[in-house]
Amino acid sequence: MNVELTASLSPAVFVPAPSAFDLDVAFGITVAIKVAFILALFLVVPLVVGYMEHKAMGRLQHRRGPVAAGPFGTLQLVADGIKFIQKEDVIPAAADRKVFALAPGLALVPAILVFLVLPFGPGVWAVDLELGLFYALAISSVSVLGVMMGGWASANKFSLIGGLRAGAQLIAYELPLILAAIAVAVQAGTLSLVGIVEAQATFTLPGTDLNLWFVFPQILGFVIFFLASLAELSRPPFDMPIADSELVFGYMTEYTGIKFAMYLLTEYAGMVSMSALMVVLYLGGWQLLPGVGLPGCEGAGGMFDCGWLGAIGGVVITLAKILILTFIMVWARVAYPRLREDQLQRLSWLVLVPLSLINLAVIAIAKVVVF
Amino acid sequence: MAATSPPGVGLLKGLGVTIKHLFKRPSTQMYPNERPDLPPRTRGVIALLEENCTVCMLCARECPDWCIYIDSHKETVPPAKEGGRARTRNMLDRFAIDFSLCMYCGICVEVCPFDALWWSPEFEYAEYDMDKLLHEKEKLREWADTVPPPPPLDEGALPVPEVAAAIDKVVKERELEEAKAEQAARDAELAQAAPAAAPAAAAAKAEEIHVEAGQIDQETFDALIAQGKSERMARAKAKAAYVKKEKARILAEQEAAAAAAPAAPKAEEIHVEAGQIDQETFDALIAEGKSERMARAKAKAAWVKKEKARIRAEQEAAAPAAEVAPAEVAPAEAAAVEAPPAAPAAEAAPARKLSDVHVEGSGEIDQETFDALIAEGKSERIARAKAKAAWIKKRKQEQLDAEGDA
Ligand code: SF4
Ligand code: SF4
Repeated sequence: MNVELTASLSPAVFVPAPSAFDLDVAFGITVAIKVAFILALFLVVPLVVGYMEHKAMGRLQHRRGPVAAGPFGTLQLVADGIKFIQKEDVIPAAADRKVFALAPGLALVPAILVFLVLPFGPGVWAVDLELGLFYALAISSVSVLGVMMGGWASANKFSLIGGLRAGAQLIAYELPLILAAIAVAVQAGTLSLVGIVEAQATFTLPGTDLNLWFVFPQILGFVIFFLASLAELSRPPFDMPIADSELVFGYMTEYTGIKFAMYLLTEYAGMVSMSALMVVLYLGGWQLLPGVGLPGCEGAGGMFDCGWLGAIGGVVITLAKILILTFIMVWARVAYPRLREDQLQRLSWLVLVPLSLINLAVIAIAKVVVF
Repeated sequence: MAATSPPGVGLLKGLGVTIKHLFKRPSTQMYPNERPDLPPRTRGVIALLEENCTVCMLCARECPDWCIYIDSHKETVPPAKEGGRARTRNMLDRFAIDFSLCMYCGICVEVCPFDALWWSPEFEYAEYDMDKLLHEKEKLREWADTVPPPPPLDEGALPVPEVAAAIDKVVKERELEEAKAEQAARDAELAQAAPAAAPAAAAAKAEEIHVEAGQIDQETFDALIAQGKSERMARAKAKAAYVKKEKARILAEQEAAAAAAPAAPKAEEIHVEAGQIDQETFDALIAEGKSERMARAKAKAAWVKKEKARIRAEQEAAAPAAEVAPAEVAPAEAAAVEAPPAAPAAEAAPARKLSDVHVEGSGEIDQETFDALIAEGKSERIARAKAKAAWIKKRKQEQLDAEGDA
């Protein structure tokens, strides 16, 4: 394939890497296949992650987690889903009904749209955008709009406070998140997510043949990105918007049944897409180990132009990395108490933002001087 | 966290603690599939030991939730002893605890002065309907069986006096029963030996019929003990029961004999001279605690009756068999001496009776009988009197036998 990578800073024409789903058929069919692929990923992977969270949380807390629904409790989330559908859909009398009904959908749709640009394996992506990274971060930030709408429309003070905290949290943590991502883009020389993966496969420590993922030079950036994405997702210990000990359940307090399930699905899909972004930005995408290519692949760094075997292997590796990252998120949730609102803001503005600026400056200088 | 440790160490420690648990066995108890591992004295439900409840109402009054319901009525219990006073007793009709109200404070268990309420570890009595949590005394009694036994005393601790006394009692009873069993075994051996010594069936029977006043009816004794009667009373009653049973058996035998010989003369037709007493009956009555006067009177009547029966039996035996070998009187065992003399099957129909024989006694006693009675624990006075009678009886028998032989 003819992926033109611009390792230099000179502007070049971006040629999107073709997806494996770009078949020589009618445009509509291609789109349908891609939508089916995205939806399948969107519905299956978050469920797996959710089950893993149930089980891992249980074991980390010295209990078993779900055991009754299906073998080893594997069908627990399916059972939960069926339960949510059966529940009565309660809307508070004072609620702004239209906004109230629209909010969960508005939170959910961006979570789906992020999946559009995420590369899961060689050729396994829907579309390779030139502004892929920008698109992913921008779209995922839209979700908070749904959260704030829900908080406002519920006509409930707990919901409102929860929604506003979510807004404040987004503003505070979007900054370090983007600054950390920019450093990666600077080092890779591209905003295309496929391009970033390829840049990692071909990046070597200056003066040696040692292939490295971006997590090694940018470990600081990786930690900042990880913490910021936890906060973005309102995951514990950064779950002030939900804070069940003080806000009942934050912006979700008044939601029941399927709407509540949509918020939950948004959270798990967010965990998956943020983890996938970290895999792509820092952990070498579908590369098993730095410098190890996939079977049957040529292309840059032995990671492209694969047969179906390599494609499946790539997808498996990516999903495994996502699962490990989400496990760490669960682990942090179990280990740490919730931050206070002021601590949360302080951490972002006084620690993460300056550190990410330093990280960006160092990478930018290194890019010019060393790499 | 110590101020000296570098920042972030605490965070890593937190992660370390949780990850350790990931590799440990979860402490979850798989409850519906496995029985939970509960402490032995778990407070699951209140159980009622109905037998102990005296309807004192303390529990119902102390219950903070007023969830114990008790109904009762009074009953008059006849006096335990003759001449005693009848007493009223509270009888429990209903005892129910509403577990939908109960807060498991345990005050009722604490306050019950008669140990009728207990904590049971049973806990699986959830219901879909609140009304069903009202449990009556039958259910509460079932739970009482699940109450674990009290924990053992510390080593070297003094035993609880009541418990020690109860244990003592049981041990003594056991020993007594064992002794009884031994005695019965010995008697059985002797009974087996007796027929061998006395080939004449009739004589052997007479031996067997003999009722020893010292024996008790084990069955009756056990039943009375089980009913909670005192040992003394049980023993006395059992003795009486034994005598009664034996007599009934003899009577049955005699009746059977009578039926076999329809031609036999009826008891009324036989004239028996009163004046002698049936020693057996006398002893039995004395043992029952009757006055000597009454015992003597009854014993006399019994003797007459027995004599009549004996004579009738003799006649029956004599009638079909024209020639019957004179049965030898079996050498009686010590106690058997007081038995009515064994039926000497006389060849001649108008047999001479003991009462027809005159024996002059001048204070001699039958030593054998005397010893046996003393061994049985009778007073010397009684033993002497009985032994005298036995001596006279024996002499008479001897005379009678001599005449028969002649
Ligand atoms: S445990 Fe307490 S509340 Fe329950 S029945 Fe006994 S006294 Fe009443
Ligand atoms: S306190 Fe004990 S003895 Fe008295 S009524 Fe209650 S259960 Fe019966």
